[in-house]
Amino acid sequence: MVYGYNGRLLEVDLSTSSVKEVELNEDTLRMYIGGRGLATKILWDRFGRRWDSIDPLGEENLLLLLTGPLTGYYPGARICVSGKSPQSNGVIGSTVSSEFPVELRCAGYDGIVVTGRAEKPVYISIFNDEVDIRDASVIWGKRGRETLAYLVKDWVDRYGWRPGRGLLKEPGVLYIGPAGEKMVRTAVVMSKWTHAAGYGGYGAVMGSKNLKAIVAKGTNPLPEVKDIAETERLIREVWKTHLGFNNLRYRGTSAGFLSVAAATSSEPVRNWQEEWHDRIEASTAYYEARLWVKRFWGDFGCAITCLKIACIRSGRFRGCITDNPDYEMQAYLGSNLGIFDPDSVVYICSQADELGLCGIQTGNVLGFAAELYEKGILDESDIGFPLRWGDTEAFAKLMHMIAYRDGIGDILAEGTYRAAKIISSKKGVDALRYAVQVKGVAVGAHGIRSGLDYTMETSYACSTQAGDHTSVANIPLRSGRVDLRESGALFADSAVLCAFNSFSVEGELVFRLLDSVTGFGITMDDWYNVYVPRILSIQRALLLIGGPDAYWEPIKDDDNPPRFYEPLPSGFKAKAVVDRGKFENLRREYFESLGWDERGIPRLDTLVKLGLMDVADELKRRGLLG
Amino acid sequence: MPIWIARDYVRCSGCRKCEIVCSLKHEGRIWPEASRIRIFMYVPGLEVPHLCTQCVDYPCVNSCPFKALSIDENTGAVRVDKEKCTGCGKCIEACPGAVPFIHPRDGYAVICDLCGGDPECVKVCEEVGYNALILVKLEKPRLDFDILKKGYARKPIDVTKDLSILLYGEEVV
Repeated sequence: MVYGYNGRLLEVDLSTSSVKEVELNEDTLRMYIGGRGLATKILWDRFGRRWDSIDPLGEENLLLLLTGPLTGYYPGARICVSGKSPQSNGVIGSTVSSEFPVELRCAGYDGIVVTGRAEKPVYISIFNDEVDIRDASVIWGKRGRETLAYLVKDWVDRYGWRPGRGLLKEPGVLYIGPAGEKMVRTAVVMSKWTHAAGYGGYGAVMGSKNLKAIVAKGTNPLPEVKDIAETERLIREVWKTHLGFNNLRYRGTSAGFLSVAAATSSEPVRNWQEEWHDRIEASTAYYEARLWVKRFWGDFGCAITCLKIACIRSGRFRGCITDNPDYEMQAYLGSNLGIFDPDSVVYICSQADELGLCGIQTGNVLGFAAELYEKGILDESDIGFPLRWGDTEAFAKLMHMIAYRDGIGDILAEGTYRAAKIISSKKGVDALRYAVQVKGVAVGAHGIRSGLDYTMETSYACSTQAGDHTSVANIPLRSGRVDLRESGALFADSAVLCAFNSFSVEGELVFRLLDSVTGFGITMDDWYNVYVPRILSIQRALLLIGGPDAYWEPIKDDDNPPRFYEPLPSGFKAKAVVDRGKFENLRREYFESLGWDERGIPRLDTLVKLGLMDVADELKRRGLLG
Repeated sequence: MPIWIARDYVRCSGCRKCEIVCSLKHEGRIWPEASRIRIFMYVPGLEVPHLCTQCVDYPCVNSCPFKALSIDENTGAVRVDKEKCTGCGKCIEACPGAVPFIHPRDGYAVICDLCGGDPECVKVCEEVGYNALILVKLEKPRLDFDILKKGYARKPIDVTKDLSILLYGEEVV
């Protein structure tokens, strides 16, 4: 047995309604850990040679839901959702918190591989060894809250009370909203009303498989670890460290709504035309006083509990519930649309949750559409109504149209990059100029022009997860912490833990915990020297192979959105802009640090050293490797 | 001296650290479904810590046909004799809050033992500052007054309904 793992995945083929178990061998786990690392390996093994022919929304693509050895052990359990991304056409590891991964691990599986496509809407039910594919026609088309309520009630009615044995807790549930069903490329895999695996667009992949939800319950313990006493000691040490992280504990990331704009001038305002504002109503004071009904809300084991529950109890948006909203939501569905009023922000965020849309990707495409309206490229006859900055109802309506692919929503549902291409060809203009995205993925809400945020010139342009702000291509690769730079995020997504509560903890501590759980003896040096280049090289190779509807050219597409080369017009960092020369030097340096050539293609000697000869062969066959 | 764990549901963050430390202490594993305290979350945001309240009249103890349950003289906790317990489930039916449950592997009734007077769950909840679980100790409890301030054992679904109105202003169960 391998410590820290159940050692098996559940594979569900929806085309044939068959279920089987797949054993995981120790070498694979040792080399790829789990989550994003394992997803990359599985996708490479199955599709490597014909990656470009796999349609992300086709029957062949895999939907991977993978935990890692630290899931449930490191405070704050998460699960990594992956597959071929309908946004970047590469691999994106997208994690979401909830108790679902704990239930899944307690049911005896380290993850789920979903293949094929069901004929009718279904959901998968897992109760220890019992796995059923059930009819989901009742909830198909339903929004988030209703879907979750139905699934929990249905389960609790059947298993929640077992005569003579007592109550069982509710199961963990992952589901999609209407947007996922309609295969909207900005759709997410949801959990607990407000939690989402956002980047990647895996809600659309789930929808393409006619899979509405997965319900999991396990009554066994988490997999056995190598040294439980040491593990407990380290968990408690992580908890202690968490307690010192006060800003995140008390205000979550919501404090950023004002501070990222006013203090670091890097928040998207009106589709990134500005990155600065000082709107006082964006501060957390109003949320704290009026909207937050729960101050600390967290997931399995987390001592930071950065989530807060906002609920509007009166007025025109009565009954809307969302978390904080967190900074990215506030920025993208708030300031990026010119909306600052807290009630409106909570309302529009709760609509994104209900529809199962990614707040970042959708907020980006909404802002993009509004700028086109402002510039006169789109007019009222295209949209159906005026789309002015700050008009909450109009944006909510357009968001609804995206989720259901109504009218122009059908084009915008393709995400910013693809929508820009469609609109460009329809209108005969260059709409890509206004698309703030990298390789099909809208960038996170941390601008790079002011140089004051944690991001830098290469952050989005060179990341294997493209616009993902939780996996940024920063140099140096190494920071000593499991943080949001790609090398750290890769660990967080592979061991599967929350990068938002690990960047406050010494990296050594996290690695000691990994060792006490698995006994693999992986050190931080190993991680940066071997694991990071190994996994990122495969991810990079798959990203560059791309296809079938989008291909990326090395260097040309490893660039920032045009907007970042326009000087900031306002604020204390007015005139700040990305310096192309500096960016190109950093890009070269970043690629070099991973053993890639100046075009960002893994060098032959690097691949040989990492034992990735098959990757080298494939890149050679495609003429990518010189 | 009898003690009990008072709970303030509104303050529960749903972090489930209590489940982690409880199962580590009693089972030597992280095992949410074998933890003596379990957090029920039928509705997101409405987390309900569910554990024994040590009812004044101990209906579970009285219901046991095998005399497997007894009252701890020091703490007032319900003790389960694993040898005598057959897992018949009578105590579960007797409990007004459906608190006991049958251990998922070993088949005996699981009931909070108050960790012998120093409950782990309360310690972690205090440490992190939520105080959703509060240990109440009274040197000389007065049966007519202090003891009756204890909460009653309630089913998680009923607590969820109340909490829903309290937090969300309406019943969303």
